[in-house]
Amino acid sequence: MLTAAIVAASGCRVVCLRAYARGQTAAPCRWVRGQMRRDRGPRHLVAMDATIKIDGLHKRFGETQALDGMTFTVRPGQVTGFIGPNGAGKSTTMRVILGLDAPDAGTATIGGYPYRSLRNPLCHVGSLLDAGALQPGRSGRNHLLWLAHSQGLKAGRVDEVIALTGLQAAARRKAGGYSLGMRQRLGIAAALLGDPPVLIFDEPYNGMDPEGIVWMKDLLRSLAAQDRAVLVSSHLMGELEGTAGHLVVIGRGRVIADTSVADLIAAASGNRITLRTMAPADAMTALASAGAEVTANGSGVLTVSNLSSERVVAILTSHAISFSEVSAHRATLEQAYMELTSQSVEYRGEATS
Amino acid sequence: MTTGAVTPHRSPLTPERDSFWYLVHAEWTKFRTVRGWVIAAGVTILAITALAFPFCAISAGCAVNNGASGTASAGACPPAPPAGPGGEPVQDAFYFLHQPLTGNGTITVQLTSLTGQVAIGPGSNGQSQMGSGLQPWSKAGIIIKENMSQGSAYAAMMVTGSHGVRMQWDYVNDRPGLGKRAGEAGGVSASAPRWLRLVRDGDTITGYDSADGTHWAPVDTVTLPGLTDPKQAGTVQAGLFTAAPSNGNAATTTGVFQHIGLSWPATGWTATNVGGTGPNGVGQPGTFSQSGGVLTVTGGSGDIAPLTGGAGVISVQRALLGTFFGLIPLIVAAAMFITGEYRRGLIRVSLTAAPRRSRLLAAKAVVIAAVGFVAGVVAAALALAVGTPLLRKTGIPVWPVSLLTEARMVAGTGALLALAGVLALAIAIIVRRSAPAITTAIVVIFVPYLLTVGVGPQGGGHGSGGGGDWALKVTPVAAMAVQQALPKFYQVAAAYVVVGGYYPLAPWAGLAVECAWAAAALALAFFLLRRRDA
Repeated sequence: MLTAAIVAASGCRVVCLRAYARGQTAAPCRWVRGQMRRDRGPRHLVAMDATIKIDGLHKRFGETQALDGMTFTVRPGQVTGFIGPNGAGKSTTMRVILGLDAPDAGTATIGGYPYRSLRNPLCHVGSLLDAGALQPGRSGRNHLLWLAHSQGLKAGRVDEVIALTGLQAAARRKAGGYSLGMRQRLGIAAALLGDPPVLIFDEPYNGMDPEGIVWMKDLLRSLAAQDRAVLVSSHLMGELEGTAGHLVVIGRGRVIADTSVADLIAAASGNRITLRTMAPADAMTALASAGAEVTANGSGVLTVSNLSSERVVAILTSHAISFSEVSAHRATLEQAYMELTSQSVEYRGEATS
Repeated sequence: MTTGAVTPHRSPLTPERDSFWYLVHAEWTKFRTVRGWVIAAGVTILAITALAFPFCAISAGCAVNNGASGTASAGACPPAPPAGPGGEPVQDAFYFLHQPLTGNGTITVQLTSLTGQVAIGPGSNGQSQMGSGLQPWSKAGIIIKENMSQGSAYAAMMVTGSHGVRMQWDYVNDRPGLGKRAGEAGGVSASAPRWLRLVRDGDTITGYDSADGTHWAPVDTVTLPGLTDPKQAGTVQAGLFTAAPSNGNAATTTGVFQHIGLSWPATGWTATNVGGTGPNGVGQPGTFSQSGGVLTVTGGSGDIAPLTGGAGVISVQRALLGTFFGLIPLIVAAAMFITGEYRRGLIRVSLTAAPRRSRLLAAKAVVIAAVGFVAGVVAAALALAVGTPLLRKTGIPVWPVSLLTEARMVAGTGALLALAGVLALAIAIIVRRSAPAITTAIVVIFVPYLLTVGVGPQGGGHGSGGGGDWALKVTPVAAMAVQQALPKFYQVAAAYVVVGGYYPLAPWAGLAVECAWAAAALALAFFLLRRRDA
């Protein structure tokens, strides 16, 4: 019964019934679809690797070099934060990924295919570039309806994404009267319409109230947890704190850092430990002999690198050196980002992954 | 982080395949969900239909005496022109030397001279000063006619002023003789006479043409059901005729006939000015003289021919004159259909949904064309339905149109609007902003038409299309020809101009010109849409 409902709703009736008739399966439709799809070649969704690959993009607008060798990869299963100051090339990169702008050089592919070659692209890639891109006289629901029709999806899916984004009350009103937060939700609904494995959001927090920001963070996390590739741009690192598992930091059209969030914070923190002791000279000798880098900050405060806090405590204890405080020096993501962009010259070209 | 092992998310939603019709469906959903555009399409229908009332409820400037309204105080209208066998208003005014023919029979003549007089300037006493000359369609020859009333069926063989030997029948039909003498001015002389023959067999008449009276070439065989009408008791009128078509000016035509052969017992000639000398009759009475076997027949101005739009016939096309105003809301909606997307960045959403840009453009064009076509068909059908009865009430003769012609006018109006919508859409993609797009579309479509209608008749005068004719040949408004309800007649020299209801191109040729414009604009739009960043 449930299977039948899914089949009817998802428009794959023919495939399922055909498979069923051949006695292949009575299993849930999703599985059947996977089997059928795999035979059909790479342009179809499930056989496609949900990875965005950006390779050497260059793009010039008049005097401005908007993209200058942009290269990175967005992998499924995590939120990739795409961060950089305004004008760094975030939106241009996204437009190139979506086939809207043509790069002067380089390629952007999704699962190995350029966006323009995708059939029913909204079922492969959902995107939100500009929440204001609406016909003001058209209701939110009708906006989603034409998008659904363009991909051969039914109106039922429209109502699903409206419920998913909490737009039920406003869906039948003219979109011209929506607040910016509601427009963002409508844009998210549009991106989710085709249930795509790849999602691209440009500044999705813009105009959202605190409640909306919490909702958005939860949504992004849950989308990544469903093994989707999620690329989210922002110019504020704080917005990505707690959601992004991976970061691509860009400036002036190229990648400054391409790293996991954990690595970035560790690098910014430098695994440094703050030590307060009455015998700084003894402590320095003991820790240095254990391989640490120790700097004295005066008045009994030392900063220790290259040793974990446990090792520091163990070494001090074994040398019977008394101390009053051992604490990890931990940078916030915001601090790490500031450090990164302030030193962007040194970090340029030092991307690791 | 190791991500290689992650299996990408799989959606249960993916449709089976992609289809162009998904995009058409999406574009239609876009169109119908913006109230202003739907209203614009409605206004298009409303404007065309509503304007049929003022355009058709015209006053003839006289009171129609239909018997019911009693005595008319205003000047009474001139009597309605006779109607031919097909119901079309005709001119049936000529000088006829005739005798009855009962049953089958043959009439043969030799024509040795065709001359005439035409008005060459104002003379004294209100009379025109006359001089020698022939109109191109001045005619003399033989005719078999159902009876003496105007508009009755006939077939005739004749020599014309400058179109050689012709066979004509039932007013609207004309066929050149087979002697290939067309173009020989005057066509005949004593040394190069022409022989003409008509053979009646029941209700069919065959015309023959000969240079020597020995070798006869059949021109055509026509069936005239009126000839065997029981009221005729098998008797028709056969004889000699001349007519001088002159667009209302004074003129005469003189033919010299000899070797007149009748297959039936001759009863002597009766001379009649068919139609009399009244408003629908001949300009002046004819005369004839007989000398031995030679008959010289001179007829006054008149013709045996259909009336034309410039000469008192009204076209049902008047009911569709609102089309031009109906185009405006359609053009606005068609342009906004795409410029609205450019203005708000919605074009990027459209292109992420339909990354193959040619398909997006095609889908939009299909939807706009369908909207325009349906609006045009509905509007034209309604306008003709309300306009035609109004036109008949004016007392001015309305040219009858066949169902096929009406269907062409209705479907053609639909196509005209569809193509105008596509043209406006293409222009809007090219310029991307509403105001310039709408302005350009309206200039391209309207200005040539206004120039033609405004300048053509005055500038060109009668008999030519005027200086503005080019607009109706090479600009999108050439498509207005598809609404033409009046046929042009080669055998009638008249002012076939747009105010009379005539267009320089044939109906479908005119539509093809607009089609070419739309296609060219669409091609440029496609080229630019593909090349530009969105």
